[in-house]
Amino acid sequence: MRIGVLASQGAFAEHIDILRQLEVEASPVRLPQELRGLDGLVIPGGESTSISKLMLSYNLMDEIRNLAKNGLPMLGSCAGMILLASKISDLDVELIGVMDIAVRRNAFGRQRESFETELSMPVLGEKPFPGIFIRAPMIEQASSEVEILARLADGTGVAAREGKLLASAFHPELTSDLRFHQYFLDIVVECRKSGLNKV
Amino acid sequence: METGTWKVKTGLAQMLKGGVIMDVVNAEQAKIAQEAGACAVMALERVPADIRAAGGVARMADPTIIEAIMEMVSIPVMAKCRIGHFVEAQALEALGVDFIDESEVLTPADEAHHIWKHDFKVPFVCGCRDLGEALRRIGEGAAMIRTKGEAGTGNIVEAVRHMRAVMDGIRKLADTPQDELMTLAKEMGAPFELVAEIHKTGKLPVVNFAAGGVATPTDAALMMQLGADGVFVGSGIFKASNPEVRAKAIVEATTHFQDPKIIAEVSKNLGEAMPGLDIKQIPTEELLASRGW
Repeated sequence: MRIGVLASQGAFAEHIDILRQLEVEASPVRLPQELRGLDGLVIPGGESTSISKLMLSYNLMDEIRNLAKNGLPMLGSCAGMILLASKISDLDVELIGVMDIAVRRNAFGRQRESFETELSMPVLGEKPFPGIFIRAPMIEQASSEVEILARLADGTGVAAREGKLLASAFHPELTSDLRFHQYFLDIVVECRKSGLNKV
Repeated sequence: METGTWKVKTGLAQMLKGGVIMDVVNAEQAKIAQEAGACAVMALERVPADIRAAGGVARMADPTIIEAIMEMVSIPVMAKCRIGHFVEAQALEALGVDFIDESEVLTPADEAHHIWKHDFKVPFVCGCRDLGEALRRIGEGAAMIRTKGEAGTGNIVEAVRHMRAVMDGIRKLADTPQDELMTLAKEMGAPFELVAEIHKTGKLPVVNFAAGGVATPTDAALMMQLGADGVFVGSGIFKASNPEVRAKAIVEATTHFQDPKIIAEVSKNLGEAMPGLDIKQIPTEELLASRGW
């Protein structure tokens, strides 16, 4: 099993590190040819404007959009969630736009409002998951196809799954808790079993 | 919910990795930087080359400028305070800047003490010339480190020297036997706990960027290949003849730092780089890197 991690900008090395801890082959993706042969793709946290522009300049935007539409499992954290969303409530950043969610960027404010909190996420079991929110986005709207996997105490959606696409407003790659990545890999394994979607 | 934790401070720096942070002096420049793909901007009243030329005392920027820049862009906004000037830092924190650079580019306010950065919720980045200096700053609470280089010169030589010194320090530390670590910590003037941690992990506990003299895409890729996590560009963009094109080229060279073909491609037709300075021609007392300890 091989997972690509988009490495245009941001915390891609942290995702690669966690995937390797889970004994999966993980490789950085900066150019379209590096997408070949992947079983799944991670879009990391970073600056969404920066990542989006670099994806456009090096022909990754359409390629990745098509892969998602053809059923390649993807995990997006923070900026990655923004890029997977089909709608953001500010600014003209081009998105991959494959998840039926509307997302607000910097939804909690600036860095001084960045926070840590424990999240209840039933799909990961009873133990709470460490949520690290850095200038984080939030899910403002989601279609009925989308399952909200975690909410803050006030009901704000911060993690979601739609088919083979998974997104979090927080940073599982900054924790030592591997369960969110494992959950993603379970989706990938399911996909492989059905014999579909290898790029 | 807990704000201002070490994890969210160092985490923001991790989100900047592989990116370029650009000095800007007004909202229009900030917009250009964001359009070019910068992962953050540094709000200043003057770029280092102009600070160097102007002489006198360089201080924190006018909050009006910083606010206008924060208003204009959605990427993180950093701002500089003087070394040891914790009240400038308090003011910057109150403005809501996302990161503070306690910077040798401004005139130091305290020649003996840097700011105790653990007291703040906003993360700090500090300059260093070697591993000992990096660890002293981290010990005080810096959530991110950068080389000092020699700002405003357009000359990469000092940044290279400092990055190599940091990397060399890490390699040596990893190879030092446990029973010699205390003496090494003493010689480096670094906190023992951090020395012991790096001995174990073989890497810095925070993100380390290159700064001070980056003027071209190849400069940026050079620093990345030497081990930088990302790049600050100060005067190098808006003192060049075509800032838009150069900024984008430096961003792309930073991402594709291991791909010489792309680096060559983005280096074409950039126009004039900023005028450079030979470090040896600068009087010793005017070197910015020797500010702080």
